[in-house]
Amino acid sequence: MKRLGLLILVSFITHSSQAADSGFPLYDMTPDLTDQSSLQRGAQTYMNYCLGCHSLQYQRYKRTADDIGIPESLMLEYLVFDPNTKIGDLIENSISDENSKNWFGAVPPDLTLYSQLKGGPEYLYTYLLTFYEDASRPLGANNLVYENVGMPHALMELQGVQQKVCKEIPKLAANGGQMMDALSQSYITEEVCGMELVERGYSPLQLVENTGRLSPEAYEQVVYDLTNFIYYVGDPSRLDRERTGVFVLIFLAFFFVPAYLLAREYKKEIH
Amino acid sequence: MTDNSVNPGRRNFLLGATAAVGAGGVAGLAVPFVGSWTPSAKALAAGAPIKVDVSRLLPGQILGPIPAWRDKPIFVIRRSEEMLARLSEKPERLADPMSDREQQPAYAKNETRSIRPEIVVLVGLCTHLSCSPKYRPAIEPQTFDAEWVGGFYCPCHGSKFDLAGRVYEGVPAPSNLEVPPHFYESENVVVIGEDEGVA
Amino acid sequence: MSAVEQSFKNFMSWIDDRLPVTEAYEKHLAKYYAPKNLNIWYYFGIFSFVVLANQLLTGIWLTMSYVPTGEGAFASVEYIMRDVEYGWMLRYMHSTGASAFFVVVYLHMFRGLLYGSYQKPRELIWILGMLVYVALMAEGFFGYLLPWGNMSFWGAQVIVSLASAIPLVGEDLAIWVRGDFNMSGVTLNRFFALHVVLVPLFLLVLVVLHVLALHEVGSNNPDGVDIKKTTDETGKPLDGVPFHPYFTLGKLPGIIVFLFLFCAVMFFYPDGGGYLIEHPNYEPADPLKTPELIAPVWYYTPFYSMLRAATFPLLGLDAKFWGLVVMAGAIVIPFVLPWLDKSPVKSMRYKGLASKIMLGLFVISFFILGYLGTVHPTPLRTLLAQVCTAIYFAYFLLMPWYTSVEKTKPVPERVVL
Repeated sequence: MKRLGLLILVSFITHSSQAADSGFPLYDMTPDLTDQSSLQRGAQTYMNYCLGCHSLQYQRYKRTADDIGIPESLMLEYLVFDPNTKIGDLIENSISDENSKNWFGAVPPDLTLYSQLKGGPEYLYTYLLTFYEDASRPLGANNLVYENVGMPHALMELQGVQQKVCKEIPKLAANGGQMMDALSQSYITEEVCGMELVERGYSPLQLVENTGRLSPEAYEQVVYDLTNFIYYVGDPSRLDRERTGVFVLIFLAFFFVPAYLLAREYKKEIH
Repeated sequence: MTDNSVNPGRRNFLLGATAAVGAGGVAGLAVPFVGSWTPSAKALAAGAPIKVDVSRLLPGQILGPIPAWRDKPIFVIRRSEEMLARLSEKPERLADPMSDREQQPAYAKNETRSIRPEIVVLVGLCTHLSCSPKYRPAIEPQTFDAEWVGGFYCPCHGSKFDLAGRVYEGVPAPSNLEVPPHFYESENVVVIGEDEGVA
Repeated sequence: MSAVEQSFKNFMSWIDDRLPVTEAYEKHLAKYYAPKNLNIWYYFGIFSFVVLANQLLTGIWLTMSYVPTGEGAFASVEYIMRDVEYGWMLRYMHSTGASAFFVVVYLHMFRGLLYGSYQKPRELIWILGMLVYVALMAEGFFGYLLPWGNMSFWGAQVIVSLASAIPLVGEDLAIWVRGDFNMSGVTLNRFFALHVVLVPLFLLVLVVLHVLALHEVGSNNPDGVDIKKTTDETGKPLDGVPFHPYFTLGKLPGIIVFLFLFCAVMFFYPDGGGYLIEHPNYEPADPLKTPELIAPVWYYTPFYSMLRAATFPLLGLDAKFWGLVVMAGAIVIPFVLPWLDKSPVKSMRYKGLASKIMLGLFVISFFILGYLGTVHPTPLRTLLAQVCTAIYFAYFLLMPWYTSVEKTKPVPERVVL
């Protein structure tokens, strides 16, 4: 039994992926479904920047509004742009697969289940933070997590332009410490590029000043809220499920008491 | 069973307690199974109010049955002056001429069973066993009624209703056809499935 | 005797003259004597009944909202998850139940190996149990296609393509099974029918036969002592107690603990970190896009590893064919276990060191094979899989030898409490 438990534990640990296929390590992202204002901001960003191409075709407006605490009338007024859409409808868009294939080379995926498909919200979170300028791509954008991505940086007006750069960083000594010049008391630096920067703990991207509307911190918050929202949409009954689960487990623990005492009564007779 | 340590009182109490808590557990377990039979979000969305344009509906004509509110067939009829006049004749043939039973919203509890006298909105399901009655507006003798003055006839079990959906005496159907909640959004557009000012 | 009791008695005797209800109740519950020394390993048979009931009930309820077509299947699962009241609960009960079924059945089978429950006179119980296990594998396989996710699609694709490894008829057989030249809605339709009607019918019949056979010869126990040998003057086994109420009520706390664990997984880790519901299954089946890693659900991975472990041609037949033979052999060989074990004793408690070591190695290699089936093969991993496959077969094939030469301990007359 112990062996079984250990093996299951070990295999679970090794199964969780910490890096994207590109090898870029994913940032941590802890979703919070109880933070309704975050979910509401995320929904707003989604409807404004994402829904044009990415539907949420298994999720309904009404369910979303009810779950994240937006009154249905406000939802219809501010977050639903098609006047023929009813509150009970699925969150679909009108872009045709044919058009999108022509424009982006691929059909933009539906995002209802995207965070589960990617094994958690970290992928999306990192992806939205790591777009960079790349003139070699048809739409001028590339991504650290998803190499040669077909999608343009939809949030660029908020974040600004990022460029892939080489950085001057302190050289490492043989003992792992940073090398310092004994005379000037300053670090000896070297130019490092690409994945090596990542391995040394630096971002290979640099923001071009004054190209985005938001500060880096504010942009990170936007991406957090958006990812949080998509995480919610992936499994909208999660909070409900966990609440029910607690109740059920407490009930079973409670049920155990008389059942155990009763079983003990009968066990007394077995010698 | 002859063992001295057996205490029947204690054992019975524990049996009762376990059975009681277990029964509670079974009831709890039944909740998802029973609950899943209630209308889903999809069914509720399909049951959302609908808008019907009545501008091209001529007197005496019926619009419908339109699969509308909650997927039930809905009848919208514009009655002519002459049809309206007939509604007050022979009330003794009707089971509930004043619509005293709760088969309509308060604003349709009148002789014409409608907000505007000429236009009536009805759920086209017989109150007997939910067949959909046929619209027979002509005044002519029928096999089922020699003195037919126009109305609805249910082919399943022979129930008869007048042009306001009021049920006749002596037929299987117990009450008048249901009037769904509705209101006029504008001169020509009626919203069916919702009372005015709800959303 | 009160009037109520009298009329109940009359009623029961009226029934019993026509249908032996009381007799069945006594034979299978009130006067079915189970050994006193049954331990924790004897819970898993009862747990499988609990899970079976869960699967049948939730399965029937799921079919009420599921759409078995290539166009509608994936969306209907999300419809169940989102739009149907408590649909998520029914679906997770069913998907978690599938894995729980295999957990308890594997442990139940291990118990059989541990205490020699397959030995004479219980050969038929073992064979019927193995048939239940094979039916369960088929049930799980057909069911896994139904959500019509990308892993459903490609997992079934791989397994159905196995048929094409059979020389001469293989390719046509695979097309016949699919009903199409590639996996399609046609395949989904027939798998649906098999999953909800045919295989469950078989399963139920087999389970009933399994229990009837058990009640004919009686339960084994951790000592492998025949409790029917030592009886009191009325013929009741001294080392047995009636199944009801001693085991029905006595095992209730254990069942509650099991339900607790089950619910903990179901409510808090329903996708089991990608093991119970695999991540690629969150996108619809796409015949143009194979997932990065095709791994079957964990309960098949030991056999999947053995399939992949065959990497070289032999006797003029290619490795693909031998992979199929190895996998099929691994499933078939346990059927003859009752005739492979030559030991004079049943229980591992009294068997010799060789049996203990072989069982230990067998279990370890089964786990390793199971793990290897979830990851990409590398040369080293393939070698490890080959070694473990060899151990798996050695456990069975060498059994006639090592069980007859090893020194066993004397078995007591009565059970040890």
